[in-house]
Amino acid sequence: MARAVTQQRKIINTVLAWGVGLLIFFPILWTILTSFKTEAQAISDPPVFLFFDWTLENYAVVQERSDYMRYLWNSVIIAGGSTVLGIIVAVPAAWSMAFVPSTRTKDILLWMLSTKMLPAVGVLYPIYLIFIKLGLLDSRTGLVIVLMLMNLPIIVWMLYTYFREIPGEILEAARMDGATLKEEILYVLTPMAVPGIASTLLLNFILAWNEAFWTLNLTAAKAAPLTAFIASYSSPEGLFYAKLSAASTMAIAPILILGWFSQKQLVSGLTFGAVK
Amino acid sequence: MSLKNSLLTATALAVVTAGGAFAETTVTIATVNNGDMIRMQGLADEFTAANPDIKLEWVTLEENVLRQRVTQDIAAKGGQFDVMTIGTYEVPIWGSQGWLVSLNDMPDEWDADDLLPAIRGGLTVDGELYAAPFYGESSMVMYRTDLMEKAGLEMPAAPTWDFIKQAAAAMTDKDNEIYGICLRGKAGWGENMAFLTAMSNSFGARWFDENWQPELNGEEWTATVNYYMDLMNNYGPPGASTNGFNENLSLFQQGKCGMWIDATVAASFVTNPNDSTVADKVGFALAPDNGLGKRGNWLWAWSLAIPAGSDATDAAKKFVAWATSKDYTALVASKEGWANVPPGTRTSLYENPEYQSAAPFAEMTLGSINAADPTNPSVKPVPYTGVQFVAIPEFAGIATQVGQEISAALAGQQSVAEALEKAQALAADEMEAAGY
Repeated sequence: MARAVTQQRKIINTVLAWGVGLLIFFPILWTILTSFKTEAQAISDPPVFLFFDWTLENYAVVQERSDYMRYLWNSVIIAGGSTVLGIIVAVPAAWSMAFVPSTRTKDILLWMLSTKMLPAVGVLYPIYLIFIKLGLLDSRTGLVIVLMLMNLPIIVWMLYTYFREIPGEILEAARMDGATLKEEILYVLTPMAVPGIASTLLLNFILAWNEAFWTLNLTAAKAAPLTAFIASYSSPEGLFYAKLSAASTMAIAPILILGWFSQKQLVSGLTFGAVK
Repeated sequence: MSLKNSLLTATALAVVTAGGAFAETTVTIATVNNGDMIRMQGLADEFTAANPDIKLEWVTLEENVLRQRVTQDIAAKGGQFDVMTIGTYEVPIWGSQGWLVSLNDMPDEWDADDLLPAIRGGLTVDGELYAAPFYGESSMVMYRTDLMEKAGLEMPAAPTWDFIKQAAAAMTDKDNEIYGICLRGKAGWGENMAFLTAMSNSFGARWFDENWQPELNGEEWTATVNYYMDLMNNYGPPGASTNGFNENLSLFQQGKCGMWIDATVAASFVTNPNDSTVADKVGFALAPDNGLGKRGNWLWAWSLAIPAGSDATDAAKKFVAWATSKDYTALVASKEGWANVPPGTRTSLYENPEYQSAAPFAEMTLGSINAADPTNPSVKPVPYTGVQFVAIPEFAGIATQVGQEISAALAGQQSVAEALEKAQALAADEMEAAGY
């Protein structure tokens, strides 16, 4: 009897999980479907779901009008650069907070997080002026730095949580064996924290890829990433939803594929230490 | 600048360019995503082929994002853009701030005298032309000829608001999801307030009196907003408080609106058989009036301007002259037909018989543009310029808040009187804080 209940529960849970999953994925699915419709079908009422004349015309138009590869390359450099730079800065910071905490460590952690409590637009103007002075406007270097700084609190917090799960004794043993600080972090700590570091990398790469405030405000023609590519298809006077959807699909495709292939690492990293 | 000076500058420019004295110059152009602008981008190869020393870079953004980006850049002197696409609201404000390069010295063949006077007037500050109009638009009534006939009515070329209400009542068939009239309801200075400000002109209302005191709770504004609410609540589509241009365009194209009063640029969309289910049943009329001598239509021109901080002014000017010239119009006509040329900026276009026969809405567009007077928009005298806006920096903020109050009233959250009292109070506060 107990077995039957478990089985029933399992089915209910599966259905529920699929339901929630589909609900969350539906807007993306709808965007992808709309990208294959004509503009008239995209706004038709009642909306058409699967039975319409599938067309690749929108992709052809977008391809012809915009240099997709340039935007893509900028996105890769900006998201990748800011994530790698962030990890390089955050690993030593999280190490010191996790293994040699001081009385102020908790305050510092909270203070770091507090920088995320201010809406980005609040510091737009100062950063814009600094960028003008430093000649960083519309440059990938500038965006790598800004996005790294924006995501740094999250990176440090995530790494700190993972590092705390690692017994300090192992590091102590390495030190007793004569490991230097660099060796301790590189050869002892890092291999043990790989799932945590991997998921931090992935999550921050996704955050930086989708970041649409700084990337729109600090770029013009040269350093514009895929967020600017999507924005260029939004129009308040004219119904170009199918083309906008095609541009959106092209912009999210790389990150969707990356997420798909790395979902195992992502999930294992995010649930790291959750069950003991 | 005198004619002699203009000639000298133009000659100097020509000599420098012809001599190839400078290496490749990059001109970064900030623009909006609409049909005419995208077409220009597609044809820009013709410009670069004729000017191999100039390289063009494009930044296309949604209208509101673009406005924020270019404002920020021009105020901070970021120098990101060499040509900006801006409208009739920004040009007088930025021009008087000294943020834009004067275009009084454009070459003779560009022919500034050919520009439509209403459009040129809106882009000129103290005798200096600060932007070259790329395309101009006004607003007008678009209506379903079949529904009008069914209702036993005939749309006059220049209707009154009373006729519009009568027709809206006769065309409305809510059981079949046909609504007599579709108007903007979404809050924003360029959304519902653009429509309502233009409408209020025909009711004799004004935003401010000669001493910059707001008049939003006055009887003319009250009459305007009450009339609007009456139309929308009785004959408008449900959920109208979130409808902007695109939502109404979608409703009209699906045959759900009897009439729609909005930008003249919509004419080419609603008559396009690929997108519109009612393409062959659309008629046009001037925006309505109330017999007070002013019509409820607006005036807007997307224009190309050069920021004062640009380091490629000469090259930028060459590009602006090319994109807003008669030759460009002829180029578009030769490649994509006369119906697709950017409308509403030059007298010569409306005198062209080929254009007249290709664009059935040409005459109505010209009539609407000529009927709007940005320097004298309403019945009573005003201290500002602008038909559907007031060309002061504070206006966008004030009108957006006022628009939110009126949108809330349309959604049934408060009465018209409450909305206008709040609007008056906030406008008075903001204007006082701004030192008026």
